[in-house]
Amino acid sequence: MLAAILAQVEQVPFNRPDIDWHAAAPELLLLAGGAIVTIVDLIWLERVRKLIPTLTSLTFLIALIPVITLWNDGGELPRTMFDGAYVVDEYSLVLKGLFLLSGYVIVLLSTNYMLEGDYYDSEYYQLISASIVGMLVMTSARDLVSIFVAIELVSIPAYLMAAWRKRDLRSNEAGLKYMLMGVFASGIMLYGMSILYGVSGSTKLVDIGAALTTGESVPLITLAVVFTIIGFGFKVSAVPFHTWAPDTYEGAPTPLTAFLAVASKAAGFVALISVVLFAFPGQAAVVEPLLWVLSAASMTVGNLIAMRQSNIVRMLAYSGVAQAGYMLAPLAVFSSRPDQAASAIVTYLVIYAAMNLGAFAVVIAVARKTRSGEISSYAGMFSYAPGLTVVMTAFLFSLAGIPPVGGWWAKFEVFRVLTADGNTWGVALAVVAAVNSVLAAYYYLVIAKQMWFVSAPNDDKAPIVIPSSLQAALALTVVFTILAGTVLLGQIANLTDFSLVN
Amino acid sequence: MFLNQFLLFAALLFCIGVYGVLTRKNGVLILMSIELILNAVNINLVAFGAFNGTIAGQVFALFVIAVAAAEVGVGLAIVLLIYRNRRSIDVSEADLLQG
Repeated sequence: MLAAILAQVEQVPFNRPDIDWHAAAPELLLLAGGAIVTIVDLIWLERVRKLIPTLTSLTFLIALIPVITLWNDGGELPRTMFDGAYVVDEYSLVLKGLFLLSGYVIVLLSTNYMLEGDYYDSEYYQLISASIVGMLVMTSARDLVSIFVAIELVSIPAYLMAAWRKRDLRSNEAGLKYMLMGVFASGIMLYGMSILYGVSGSTKLVDIGAALTTGESVPLITLAVVFTIIGFGFKVSAVPFHTWAPDTYEGAPTPLTAFLAVASKAAGFVALISVVLFAFPGQAAVVEPLLWVLSAASMTVGNLIAMRQSNIVRMLAYSGVAQAGYMLAPLAVFSSRPDQAASAIVTYLVIYAAMNLGAFAVVIAVARKTRSGEISSYAGMFSYAPGLTVVMTAFLFSLAGIPPVGGWWAKFEVFRVLTADGNTWGVALAVVAAVNSVLAAYYYLVIAKQMWFVSAPNDDKAPIVIPSSLQAALALTVVFTILAGTVLLGQIANLTDFSLVN
Repeated sequence: MFLNQFLLFAALLFCIGVYGVLTRKNGVLILMSIELILNAVNINLVAFGAFNGTIAGQVFALFVIAVAAAEVGVGLAIVLLIYRNRRSIDVSEADLLQG
């Protein structure tokens, strides 16, 4: 009987789908790197403990090589695999580069933090690698299944890492809140996706887009669209789905907070851009007002609550909510110029990654001395750490959008998309964003004032000792943040000049 | 059998799940409610897959089952961690971080 079944099986031809190994190389290399880190750790245990971060950061840099070769391959983009479910184009390559470099900087931030604390550290780096693999997959995913798998691959390691300080109740609580909210959000998103599949008969984004172009308002489709976007709203911490963000950011280990605030949020935006641009162009009448409200609420609520925070990590968390509002804004007018909206968001993500990672690097450096995240502990920093003060001021100016440091260019791109058509809603959102930028400048400058003009508490002027990996992270981010607003403007514009929608 | 019976059943499960997540205070019960939501999704996917005559729905459902297992594994690990440190899995008691 078994022979009969086997004979039947042999008659069904199995065709292996064509795999473009070059296009998949970044993900595969990073996966292999994560496996090597695991094996090295299992064989040599404590003896290689100090080597693990170096090995992980090398993996990120090696995985960057195929991204660069693919970019320089010129005419062959976009490369598609699996019947169009997995696409490597300029948009995904720019974001892959961004995620790998953010991962590299986050490993630099983590190195001493993990070595000096009482942590399991090699597992931490394995989980970071796994999460970044998820982000790389996300940039190329053009199918509901691969988007779902990618978003979970990004999130599940992050749930674990948020609760990394096992004996610390605050870290436990951070992990619990993040995990419950994240899983609940994926459930809602999946329910929306299942209906999208039902009404279109396909899980591919372009096919869904084609099936939803009728433009008529069917309640079921509206429900699916709203649920899907709400799911991503949790991931990017847009108001009113932001409640986990400040608690998780405060309780989690600070390098992981930087990871959540930059890389994980960027991954949520990538998924949102892909889904909205490819699957929902026919549903602009539903998507645009929804994103308009999310964007305006995120900016306003984020900034107003950030103003009254006394802990710098919570303040950066709420400022991150507000920044998510600015990044959502171009999508609120995406239907008239989808490519420019995507370019503006990617530009914002690139600059935001540098300035926010830098700000967290300074927070980690200062906490090495003060053991505190209170804004008042930044008082008088100029008198004992002038270099760090100048660097932090650059990041704060950039976050506030003050030229010539990078942040202003990111905001400028957003405003340009919003006002390009003279569309009333777009202009109204631009006004909301402009008012919010002024509000935001207030609390960023309060920290600058503390550092420059207030005298140090107890006249404690012991210098801050910054280990070399943290110095490298600070140098990378500050150089990029400063140059992004001046010298590198053209290069960034070139990188983000892609067209997604034909 | 009609498609709408499956969809109504899935919608009912989904609503029970959302209600459970919003009202329960026990960490494990919240995870179980989330499982209900994910099972509603699976029923939707399989029913739509049979209705549309494509295999993609069933494949998607398999992915959801596999990933849900991983999610609940991690979720229970975190709940257990909380239990070890504070001898309670009441999530409303986890209120150290506020503001």
